[in-house]
Amino acid sequence: MMAGDFTPDRRTVLKLAAAGSTAALLPAIGHAAGISSALIKAAKHEGGLNTIALPPDWANYGEIISTFEKKYGIPIKNAAPDDTSAEELQSIRSMRGQSRGPDVVDVGLSFALVGARQGLFKPYKVSTWSTIPASMKDPAGLWYGDYFGLISFGVNMSVAKTAPQSWADLKKPAYKGMVALNGSPLGAGAAFAGVFAAALANGGSLDNIMPGIEFFADLAKRGNFDPSAATSASLVSGQTPVVINWDYLNLAQAKKSKAMTKIDTIISADAKPYGAFYCQAISKFAPHPKAAELWQEFIYSDEGQLLYLKGFAHPARFSAMAKAGAIPASLMAELPPAKPYGEALFATIEQTKKAQAALTENWSKMVKA
Amino acid sequence: MSPEAIPPAGRIARSGGWFTIAFMAPFLLYVTAFLILPTLMLLATAFLGKHGLTLHYVRSLGEGQTVVAFRNSIELSAMAAFVGIVVGGLTAYFVLLPGMPRGLRSLVTTFGAVAANFAGVPLAFAFIATLGSLGIITVWLKLIGINLYGSGFTLYSLPGLVLVYAYFQIPLMVIVITPALEALRREWREAAENLGASAWDYWRHVGLPILLPSLLSAYILLFGNAFSAYATPYALTSGIVALVPVAISNVLSGNVMVSQQTGAALALGMIGVMVVVMGIYALIARRVGRWVKR
Repeated sequence: MMAGDFTPDRRTVLKLAAAGSTAALLPAIGHAAGISSALIKAAKHEGGLNTIALPPDWANYGEIISTFEKKYGIPIKNAAPDDTSAEELQSIRSMRGQSRGPDVVDVGLSFALVGARQGLFKPYKVSTWSTIPASMKDPAGLWYGDYFGLISFGVNMSVAKTAPQSWADLKKPAYKGMVALNGSPLGAGAAFAGVFAAALANGGSLDNIMPGIEFFADLAKRGNFDPSAATSASLVSGQTPVVINWDYLNLAQAKKSKAMTKIDTIISADAKPYGAFYCQAISKFAPHPKAAELWQEFIYSDEGQLLYLKGFAHPARFSAMAKAGAIPASLMAELPPAKPYGEALFATIEQTKKAQAALTENWSKMVKA
Repeated sequence: MSPEAIPPAGRIARSGGWFTIAFMAPFLLYVTAFLILPTLMLLATAFLGKHGLTLHYVRSLGEGQTVVAFRNSIELSAMAAFVGIVVGGLTAYFVLLPGMPRGLRSLVTTFGAVAANFAGVPLAFAFIATLGSLGIITVWLKLIGINLYGSGFTLYSLPGLVLVYAYFQIPLMVIVITPALEALRREWREAAENLGASAWDYWRHVGLPILLPSLLSAYILLFGNAFSAYATPYALTSGIVALVPVAISNVLSGNVMVSQQTGAALALGMIGVMVVVMGIYALIARRVGRWVKR
């Protein structure tokens, strides 16, 4: 059910670029009207909002927070910017009934499911609810995906010369010793997703990660796989010229190191891309419940969603907004082509667990550099 | 080292009374807080499941991949310690030879102190840049007709890791063994030679037996040093060579499959290995100790 219906009409997605240029001329109208003045008033009356674990340089949260504060005059207390999803849920539990407990959380899918099961969330459906893909939200409104990323190739063009366009390209002799993951797929999330993505491109599925492991085993045998753990520094310096990582990280790195080297971000053309998303939810024990609702309305409005996109994280309503021409052409130009973003596959918890077991069993046994 | 008349430690301790306690208490507190309590916590975590006591996590140590990780870790540490002992020991010996230039010794100790602490991600990337499949030395060797990777060598394997570990093991050995070598008195050697001993006889019957306890402790130190190394092998192989410290980080701080209990069980396994190694050491040291006392 997760993977099924996040596939908007392909033709409309293809028309994106053209649509985008019209949108640049017209200010995004869309959903600003969806936020009722009664909600804004009630939220202002509560006088504050507690967020947690939102790093300012991640998915553009710094700007999202400051824009919200300025727009509604509601100060945000963002606790523990570098906390993990598990710690966010723990804060809901342990600060229950306290005025400093978190109002809203931003957690990985598996943790959203845990939170929903343990009754930590309060259901809410934003006014733009219908345009969030069904695979990215809880039908009851307990949690809802806010942004997602796809596995991509970050390519240091001064070393690699031509960028690989597909998983099959990575096997070419030209990329000998160049292809790297950001760590062990048994520990690093993006590396795990990278193997999953390779599986999708080589006859595997969300239920079968083995072809992905075989792909890397073959890559290693050809000498193309560099088993060292890539970092943004090793990508920029060219020690690991082709890094398989989340698109938003590769894109952000490319922008940051523009002056030093040219980094291209490629989403493989030969398979459905593998994606993962984060989820928003309102705490059941939110000390500022109305401000929390306003926060959700804001980040799911066109304005909020475009702020995510500015940080290279594709917002949940990306496809719908692209269809409606609500994405400025200048922003589209900085992103990879829109098509794969409408085709992303997301693994369920069961599929993830199955893949982990297969990886644990086979990764170090099969991949020999 | 030499069995000279040092007053037994006990007498000093007794004479000091509260003075000793004042100095020992912070240390004992420190050991309790940072060694004993965490170990007890590990023990508790490894045996506590969702529903009370369980052997589930400790039993998982017997699973295929975990056994491989332990075997790899032990092999790697044993080899890396051996290389360190032999190369480091010989280096220290030659540097201390009477005829060596004066500056050499301080040069080697200074470099050793720096290199022994050069580990982790920078070390891994230094080796990738030199001996990786596209490294400078690899490419140079190819230019003169030697194909390293074609002949079966790879940095991303157990032998490759031994080579990388040697970079910090050898200097560490030089540092720890130098004082022991200095304690070998020249008179002993001269005495042996006067009695007609060859160089081999001297080392076989005098030098090595005296050095043995120091060599053994050095081996333990180097073994433990390699056994616990984490950042270097992770940055170098991202898990394709299964090692226990990497496995622990996967389940403890990874974001793919988190299981604190499995991590605790693995850590207990590591403690177990170290206990066995030190047990063997204690046995040998006691035998050696008998010899020294005589």
